[in-house]
This record gives sequence, structure tokens and C-alpha cells, in this order.
Amino acid sequence: MRSVGSKVTGVAGAALLTLLLFPIYWMIASSLTPESRLFQSPPLLPSTLSLDHYRALFDERDFLIPIRNSLVVAATTTMVALPVAALCAYALARLRFRGRGVLLALILAVSMFPQISIVPPLYLILRELRLLDTYPGLVLPYVTFSAPLAVWLLTAFFRQLSPELEEAAMLDGASRLRALWDVVLPLAVPGVATAAILTFLYCWNEFLFALSFTLGPERYTVPVAVTLFRGRYQVPWGQVLAATVVATVPVALLVLTCQRRIVAGLTAGASKG
Amino acid sequence: MSGQATAIEREERRLARWLVAPALVFILLGSLVPIAATAWEALHGHDLRLPWLGRPFVGLANFVEAIGDPRFTSALLHTVGFAAITVPLELGLGLALALIMHTARRGRALIRLAALLPWAIPTVVAALVWRFMFDAQAGIITAPLRTLALVGESFDWFVHPLAAWVPIGAADIWKTTPFVAILLLAGLQTIDPALHEAAQMDGAGAVRRFGTITLPLLRPALVVAAAFRMLDALRLFDVAYVMTGGGPGTATEPLSLYAFIALMQRLRFGYGSALSVTVFLLTFAFALIWVRTLGRSLVGDRT
Repeated sequence: MRSVGSKVTGVAGAALLTLLLFPIYWMIASSLTPESRLFQSPPLLPSTLSLDHYRALFDERDFLIPIRNSLVVAATTTMVALPVAALCAYALARLRFRGRGVLLALILAVSMFPQISIVPPLYLILRELRLLDTYPGLVLPYVTFSAPLAVWLLTAFFRQLSPELEEAAMLDGASRLRALWDVVLPLAVPGVATAAILTFLYCWNEFLFALSFTLGPERYTVPVAVTLFRGRYQVPWGQVLAATVVATVPVALLVLTCQRRIVAGLTAGASKG
Repeated sequence: MSGQATAIEREERRLARWLVAPALVFILLGSLVPIAATAWEALHGHDLRLPWLGRPFVGLANFVEAIGDPRFTSALLHTVGFAAITVPLELGLGLALALIMHTARRGRALIRLAALLPWAIPTVVAALVWRFMFDAQAGIITAPLRTLALVGESFDWFVHPLAAWVPIGAADIWKTTPFVAILLLAGLQTIDPALHEAAQMDGAGAVRRFGTITLPLLRPALVVAAAFRMLDALRLFDVAYVMTGGGPGTATEPLSLYAFIALMQRLRFGYGSALSVTVFLLTFAFALIWVRTLGRSLVGDRT
């Protein structure tokens, strides 16, 4: 009975594994297939491999520009959002003050906002401030949308830390802030790193704001650049797929190196909620 | 003694205000003020292509126009229908994936890695790859169906108003099911295995144990996962924009996409804002109903 059960699990597991990974395999395999073969009935194993699409991507399309834009915006957002979120999360986790419950609920609610519902005024304000098509014009909305998630996650994380160490430091005469800086932050490095990873991924993947608040290829982020590749009548699939592979590389690296941390972050951010 | 305690408390409260202030400023200026501004904008006639008309207050005229706009009604229907169909599928598949990850003795790390990749890659990338797989000529999914004569020689998913939803649904389910699975797996791991062992000793089979132990104890995780997925599905934008652009015609156009087109392509900011407010109200109404009916498991018992 047990062995039948585990066999069923094994088969189902293998099937699911294939379903999860096949699109990624297919994306990579097709990106290496010459354009002339891309539209013949597709073989599962590519027979000729070529790097033509990647060459075209960087030589003709200058795909380094969107990569640079995405990296700058994602890194800046992470650096702005994390300190802000960490301070707020510490207060929520440790200090008693009025409106704490309301603030937590507000933060959860804001992180659930549909982006489109704030696009119109943000567009008008950014236009007024001449911040359309600039890095700050993207960083500002990104911080707003990623900070609540980071606060939520870090609050859960700070709660898991035992308060005794900082209390000991405070008994020794350190102020709350000193204790936060000297005792709590070093312990919180894993949590902060997790929040940083999730914030970076959010920025790297974000589409609607980037599509609305950038105006041309000089400021397009990776998702926008890839999407707007298509010509009017034809999609240059080879290059599009090469670009999707390139867009996946940083994400795949983060997932490969930090998968435990990401899972912990996702479940702390959600199920503890 | 008590006087000292309140002094410390007062000190803590003051510190808390300072620590919370920056985040609060971002939330207020970045989310709450803009949402109010969108609502206010929705009450105005504002067309960026006709600046000489100014920005007159028109009351609820934009909302009245929306109700009479068949494109709005069908976009609303598409959004709700999409959420109602994909979210249960994602929960079911996510539960299956979570159970497999939970029980698998070998390859657990591999499955987890394989599950994290679709979750982490940009939605736009997922949409493009699935768009390619469903392509009429090159599609790895379409070609076998054609060879088996299950579909006609000239069949194209993306020119058929109903069939065009299949690739959208497939891409969305592929991308989001792993997230559901990760949440549910965390829920499964909190269930004491002793419960299952005791039930097994009493002769309860696997199905029975699943129904009487696993499902009830997994309920909080399911409620949270369903809420996250519904709120996300109701604002569907990326996948539809990339895969079909709302087409053929407007057959696969969700509300967020129609709002985006009204705003960014037609530059009708008043009307587009009214549509955006509707997306907000839709998710808000859902969240309200969900929290009311399923109680505290979403906001949690932390105070």
C-alpha cells in the first residue's frame, strides 16, 4: 500500500517537475535555435545551436541599456526601501504605541493595492515634476509598493528574535536605538537579506509602472524592452526569447543561491499574516 | 516605580513615532494620497489631448458612462470570470504540488527549486514564453494538436475569442501555482504527524485522513493563499497585455488593461481614472467580504 502510494507520488512528482521546468527549457532551447528553424515543426532536442539571437540582442538592439536601467532602479529602490522598512518593522515588532494595529492593517492593505488604481495621479504628478522617463520617477513608486511588503516581512522576522539580548544591552545603559543598531541589526541580517532579495525581484519584474512612466528605449526597463520588441507585423521570436533568457538569469541565480531564504521570506510574509 | 514605567513607555512611544514616520510618509504619499487623487480625478472630465477643455467637475458622469459602455461591462466580466476560473485551479494544483513536496522522500529540494523558478521569473517573461509555445506556427503545444488533427490546419489560439483565454490562463496558472504550493507547504509542515499516525492506527485510510485532518488544519493557509491569489487575479494586467493585448478585438481585455488603454493610449484621464477606481473597488470589496466571512485567519490573531 505504502509503496503504491510513494510510486504515485513519484510519478506525479516527475510529471509536475516536467510541467514546471519545460517552459524554461523550451525558452532556452528555442533562443539557441536559428530563426530559419524556429518556425518548422519544433524538434524537442535542438539539432543546431547558434548564438545569433544573443549577438543580435546586444549588437543591434543594445539590450545592455534596459539591463542597466533595471539594475539601477532595482538597486536604488532596495537601498531606499529597506532602511525605511526596517525601522518601521522594528517599532511594530517591539514597541508599544497607539495605532499599531491600524498601521499593520494599513500596510497589508496597501501591499494589496492594484497598481493601476494609482497610475493616473502618479503620471500627472511625475509629469508636473518632470520626472517621467527618469530613474527617480520609477524608484518613487517602486519604494512605495515594495516597502509595505518589506515591513510586513521584517516585522515577522523581528518578532522571531528573542528580545532578551537587546533588553540586556539596554540594562547595560544602551539606548533603544543603540541596541537596535548594535544588537538587533547584526542578528537580523538574514531577514534583511531576504527582504532585499524580494524587493529586488519585485523591481526586476515590475511591468505596469515601468510601462506607464517611461517614454522611450533610453529608460525602458527589461520587462518593457522585451515586450515592446515586436515589430508591427512580426515578432522577432529568436531575439525575444534570447532576451527572456537574459531577463531570467539574475532571477535564476538568486533562486539558486538563496532558495531557503526566499521560501522563508514568502511564508513569513504571508502565512504569519 | 509606576511613574518610571510610564516615563519609559512615553519614551518608547516617542521613539516609535520616529521609527514609523518615514514608512508612513511613503505609504501616505505613495499610495493613500494617490488613491484619493484617482477618485477625485474620476469625478472630472480630463482629456490630455484636449487641454483647452480644462478639467471641469462632472460628478459621477464618468461612472455613468462606464455603466453604459459595453467594453467596460465585458472587461469587468472578463476580470471576474478569469479570477473565478483560474484561482480554484491554482489552489487545487498548488495543493497537489504542496502534498508532493511534503511527502516526496527524494528530490524534494529539486522540486522546490523547480517551483521557485516560475514564481520568480518576470510575469512578462512567462507570458512571452507561453505565447511562443501556443504560437500558431512554431508552437510546441499547437503543432502536436494539429498533427493529431484535433485542431484544423489554420487553427490559431489568438484569433478565437474564447480559445485566446487558454494561453492566458495557462501562463498565469504556471506562474502562480508554485506560490500557492509554497504557502500551503508551510501550512502542511505545521500539522503534527502524530495526528496522522494515530488516525492510521485507528484504521483511517489516506483519503479519510486527508479529509478529516489535513484539509481542516490547512484551512487557514488555504484562506490566505486564496485571498492573495484572488487579489492578484482581479488586477490581471501583465499576462493579458503581453499575450493578446486584449484581443482578438477586446475579447480578452481585463479591467486593468482597459483602464490602462483609456489612460495611456487615449489619454482620457477622467474616464480612465473612473475605470481604475473600479479595479480598486473590486479588490476592496473582495477583501472586505473575505475578511468578514472567513474571519480572523487573514489578518491573524496578532494585535
